[in-house]
Amino acid sequence: MTTMKTNQSFWQRFCHNKAAVLGLAVMAAVAVLAIFGPLMAGNDPWDMVQQPFLHPMQEAGFALGTDTMGRDILAGVIHGARVSLLIGLVSTLVSLLIGVTLGAVSGYFGGWIDAALMRFTEIFQSVPSFALALVLVAIFEPSILSIVVAIAIVSWPPVARLVRSEFLTLRQRDFVAAAQLAGQSTLRIIVTQILPNAMSPIVVMASLMVATAILLESSLSFLGLGDPNHMSWGYMVGSARTVLRQAWWMAVFPGVAILLTVLALNMVGEGLNDALNTRLRRKGR
Amino acid sequence: MTDNAKQDTAPVLDIRGLSIRLPEGGDRALAVTEASLTLHAGQTLCVVGESGSGKSMIANAVMGLLPRPHVEPVAGEILLDGQNLLTLGEPELRRLRGQQIAMIFQEPMTALNPVMRIGEQLAEVFDAHLNLGAAEKRQRIVAALADVGLPEPELIYDSFPFRLSGGQRQRVMIACAMILQPRLLIADEPTTALDVTTQAQILALIRDLQRKRGMAVLFITHDFGVVSEIADQVVVMQTGQVVEAGPAASVLGAPQHPYTRKLLAAIPGGEVRQPQADAANPEYHRVLQVQDLCKTYRTGGSLFRRGREVPAARNINLELLRGQTLGLVGESGSGKSTLGRCITGLAPFDSGRIVFNGRNLPQGGSLMQRSGGKIQMVFQDPYASLNPRHRIGAAIASGPIAQGVPRAEAMARTLSLLALVGLGPEAAERYPHEFSGGQRQRIGIARALAMQPELLVADEPVSALDVSVQAQVLELFATVREEFKLAMVFITHDLRVAAQMCDQIAVMQRGEVVEYGDTARVLGDPQHAYTRKLIDAIPKLSREAQPAQDTPDVAHQAERHGEVWAPGAEAYAPPAPAMAARAGGYA
Repeated sequence: MTTMKTNQSFWQRFCHNKAAVLGLAVMAAVAVLAIFGPLMAGNDPWDMVQQPFLHPMQEAGFALGTDTMGRDILAGVIHGARVSLLIGLVSTLVSLLIGVTLGAVSGYFGGWIDAALMRFTEIFQSVPSFALALVLVAIFEPSILSIVVAIAIVSWPPVARLVRSEFLTLRQRDFVAAAQLAGQSTLRIIVTQILPNAMSPIVVMASLMVATAILLESSLSFLGLGDPNHMSWGYMVGSARTVLRQAWWMAVFPGVAILLTVLALNMVGEGLNDALNTRLRRKGR
Repeated sequence: MTDNAKQDTAPVLDIRGLSIRLPEGGDRALAVTEASLTLHAGQTLCVVGESGSGKSMIANAVMGLLPRPHVEPVAGEILLDGQNLLTLGEPELRRLRGQQIAMIFQEPMTALNPVMRIGEQLAEVFDAHLNLGAAEKRQRIVAALADVGLPEPELIYDSFPFRLSGGQRQRVMIACAMILQPRLLIADEPTTALDVTTQAQILALIRDLQRKRGMAVLFITHDFGVVSEIADQVVVMQTGQVVEAGPAASVLGAPQHPYTRKLLAAIPGGEVRQPQADAANPEYHRVLQVQDLCKTYRTGGSLFRRGREVPAARNINLELLRGQTLGLVGESGSGKSTLGRCITGLAPFDSGRIVFNGRNLPQGGSLMQRSGGKIQMVFQDPYASLNPRHRIGAAIASGPIAQGVPRAEAMARTLSLLALVGLGPEAAERYPHEFSGGQRQRIGIARALAMQPELLVADEPVSALDVSVQAQVLELFATVREEFKLAMVFITHDLRVAAQMCDQIAVMQRGEVVEYGDTARVLGDPQHAYTRKLIDAIPKLSREAQPAQDTPDVAHQAERHGEVWAPGAEAYAPPAPAMAARAGGYA
């Protein structure tokens, strides 16, 4: 039975999960929006181009209406996609870099190195991550860079833990011993022998981390700690908060954008999990 | 188990034309094709075959444990006392299980629930079938535990499984299966995971209980040695088909089907290897010397508590010449694998010296500095020893490349080694999961040879393989040993394999070498009691004709073979007729 499962390609197993395919389609749409949208969106999201409190579909060219200062909400949502995706991807990459490195070193060498690195990790895990991100962004000036760094710093510990546990078991495999006997360097063993076998859970976790990072960024800019030079979904929701009862559309459209993106990423993550982790490691007979 | 008693009673288990379907996309359409077998009370029927032959499928079909609907019986019937099990619903089957049919499994370590006391687990059987008072339940469970030869059953009743050894757990499983005195006991490879001495005890226990209770036993195994120990009837299976069936004596003594003959001929242990090199030989060259090696494992220690100390090696002294093979034998936990890992440098040791090619190997440091890659290892588990993400060619070539051999030359060497171990050049482009266990082990050997080693440590390299594949891999080892003038440390728990492969044997018990000498001497004239115990425990086709455990068919069988296993005599008795010719001087 297992042979049948493993014979299917990765793509077939991914497509087996219909929600994942839908999520992937949504993500593709968001990505296209983020890359090409700003080129086509007529208005600058910061420009006051129309009268304030314009309802959606009320005026031609302003499908989603305008906000309290007469700025085009559609342009804001389109530009916000770029910021959200950028921050989500880059901060995930940075935290993977930190987490995988520390986890790999910790799991491979074990002993006091492992103990020291894990205690260090626990320091970060013992502080509520959002509070820490808030403090970090507040200390440095709010900018894309500082937000990316703050999100990366608060989200690497789970990665380190995951990679460490994978390395702890994979390290015991005989193929690692064989590589050692063949005289391969430790770095080479970690990167070419063990890491490829630990990739599946890391990929799944990364897809979910992008979603978390987007949420974190939105929360930060909701509280006014977003990059002041870039329109973001969180900032739009935050600024619409005071007029929520008079002008629902100002908060709803960027809110729906956040919801759809995060939901899509979670569904993709779920699909990746189905596709990658069914590989039942065949043992014995 | 007298012959006339079984003739006039109806069979306990009668399987007629049973076919079991595999899911689409499997390697064949039917897991089992029209298998028939008949089992009478008081008899043991062994179903023998290699992995994938469908033998376990039959056992699971009788128990109703097939993973339906993907795998289900499509034809035939399974009659238990005349009642067709295949037409019964789950509630009726549940009533039969435990009461009429019971099963013991291969892995005693995982068959018991680790968080339940032994007594509670056995009590579940009573709770499922009978309504008993607590006192009576306890009394009957303790009696059942005593029946299977467990010491201090009262104590074991209240113990958790982790306190028991593998053999003891298997005894608990047997007690659990026997507690309601079933008519039929199904044993699915119950001794495969056990040491050879424990295996002998468990087999004796099953035989003994069966004789007392008059049960029918359906025994699934791949080991013909076990078959000859326990079987009255034998059914040989190959790719889902019954190829031969009949009384044990005639199947083992005069096999009709070529497959049966192949399996019997593949059993190792026919010949004892003669020492290859000696002092007069010009190739005399001491490759490895182990002096006073000590290694102790410390576990569970903390700042305030002293940990447990387990000696894995105590004052080990060994010596190995070029072209020779040294066998390390012993039960699990005897420290033989640890010693092997110390020699390769994969594990550190506490004190003593390991001298390789006249150079003292330093502790620690990189393995390259230690031995220059000239000590290589072949591992036990062919599924864990190859990186699933690396192509075969890259896996073999990466060693020489790390040594500084140019890529083209390394690839050329890889292809020639693949040819040497019997695989085509196209294998280099494939991934490990496309290969069988035996092929993977060949790849593992090729990978070790790619480093052009002088010493090869093989840690149980064939114990995970089917017997016919095992024979081929052993042959390959013998070939490469001659070709490369390799010194080999061969770790095994199977004395039959050791006898065939090794020039010298070191018998290890609890971290100590208790006997060390030439193979023929150690096996033919064992000095230490532990060595004798190991030799006695080997399941053998020709059982010793002792009056005490004499049954008519066994005596007949020993006669037929014309060979007697006699520890203490000068001979290592060849188990199969095919082997007798080759080992002429010894039998």
